[in-house]
Amino acid sequence: MRRWAPYLCVAPACLLLLAFVLGPVLSVFYYSLQNYNPTEPYLNGFAGLGNFRQIIWHDPVFWQSLGISLKWVLAEVVLQFLLGLGLALILNSKFRLRGAARAVIFSPWAVSGVAVTSMWTLMYNPFGGIFDTVLKDTGLAKTPVQWLADSHVLFGAVVTAELWRGVPFFAILLLAGLQAIPADLYEAARVDGAGRLRILFRITLPLLRDTIVIACLLRAVWEFKDVDVIYTMTGGGPAYQTTTLPLYIADQAIKEHNFGYGSALTVVGFVILVVFTLVYLRITRFGREH
Amino acid sequence: MRKALDRGFTFYLPLVCYAIFTLLPFYSMLTLAFHVGGETTGTFSYLPIPFTLEHFRVLFDEDSFLPYVRNSILVSLGTVILDIPLALLAGYALSRYRFRGKNAFMLSLLATQFVPTAMMIIPIYIIFKDLGLLNNLIGLVLINTTFELPLAVLLMRTFISSVPIELEEASMVDGCTQARGVIRVVIPMLKPGLVAVGAFCFVGAWNGYLFALFLMSEQDRYTVPVGLSYFLGEFNIDYPALAAGSLVAVVPVIAIFASAQRYITGGLAAGAVKG
Repeated sequence: MRRWAPYLCVAPACLLLLAFVLGPVLSVFYYSLQNYNPTEPYLNGFAGLGNFRQIIWHDPVFWQSLGISLKWVLAEVVLQFLLGLGLALILNSKFRLRGAARAVIFSPWAVSGVAVTSMWTLMYNPFGGIFDTVLKDTGLAKTPVQWLADSHVLFGAVVTAELWRGVPFFAILLLAGLQAIPADLYEAARVDGAGRLRILFRITLPLLRDTIVIACLLRAVWEFKDVDVIYTMTGGGPAYQTTTLPLYIADQAIKEHNFGYGSALTVVGFVILVVFTLVYLRITRFGREH
Repeated sequence: MRKALDRGFTFYLPLVCYAIFTLLPFYSMLTLAFHVGGETTGTFSYLPIPFTLEHFRVLFDEDSFLPYVRNSILVSLGTVILDIPLALLAGYALSRYRFRGKNAFMLSLLATQFVPTAMMIIPIYIIFKDLGLLNNLIGLVLINTTFELPLAVLLMRTFISSVPIELEEASMVDGCTQARGVIRVVIPMLKPGLVAVGAFCFVGAWNGYLFALFLMSEQDRYTVPVGLSYFLGEFNIDYPALAAGSLVAVVPVIAIFASAQRYITGGLAAGAVKG
């Protein structure tokens, strides 16, 4: 009995994951080799690697969406890291109302992607949103800025909205890492007369290394795959300017009913993510002694 | 003097600036939701004066938002009720036993985080069609339960590991069976873990969008995010209704997060830092 106990404990969780994660993932691989479109049943059938050839050689939107994904993930991870680190350092030092400050600053983490879009759409309203009102009242802008239509500011506008709810998670993880650094290390450094910057670069950052590595990876994967904010804020437009790879997949699968082609794109995205993770863990030498 | 100035610039200034950035969307949402409204709809004003509850009346009466709230509550509660025992069982096994396949199981829990939701919609749509679960809230509960489960298990494992195993052994020496020992000794000490995992699953299910959008196509099965997203798609956005709807979407999760924040962040952080 004892020998079987752990297996009985994990069995229900395993069943659900097999049915709704592993099964679907395997079927995505299967469909990626098929022509499968419920609206064009006469074309359905085995396609071999046809979908993949189409993606690599003949699909400019795929390459564009991949580039936008890259730009999106880079912008989000770099900015979230810098802001998250700054916040974690601030929220780690002692001051009055620290608990309240943490609660406020971490709170956007709980807000859904759709609600983020809603709240920022209210602010980006070019005719009377908070930004428009403030710009007009201070005389900084004569004509309304079309935050979600003007291609000069659109990408930055979406990045900012996503930052708003992404930074807290980064800050939470980095703060936990900071709290694990023994205080006497700082004492010793201060006794030795080390300045603040020196302490940051010689003690804090090196000891925070593993936390930073894993937090960046988690965020990169998450920002690569999540579509809620972009999908609801711009729908990928105008003219595919904000279409990331997962958004393109959703587009193909749901709007165009190209289940086979969408599945092939999914496989490509999955492979990219796995290769990226392996290379990243190797370059950063995560988990090894330094 | 120089020191105070220094602290002001490197500490309070960035803190206050970031706090303003965090609060700005909430502030703009609140004034729009409660302000009567200017000559054009959605005009921001610094204070919600003149004050009105009219936008909420429109939201619930004319935009029929109430069923969405009910659906979201049902789905989120269902997810919590299923996920807690599942996470307890699996988390307990991972924390207290060594067994063959344990590392593979942990790794596959992590691997699920690499699967993009957008990519799972086609196969799950097909499965649901076969099972007759489309437009069925139970189907949505099952999907949310599955996708919140991996992190719930890992989170629960961290919390269970922090309960000393000696307490359990002592209760077994006293003649309790293992199951009774767990129920009498471990569960009461696990309150932070149960709160954190429960809040985590509730918030995740409440916020879930893509699956709800594509699996629940009939309007009386919409959840709050789905209902809200239809305001956004329109050419002429009804800004006051959007503000009121956002408030309804955000208040429950912020309330839950505020009361469980210490536990959630503590557990997430412990799990991520200790690996």
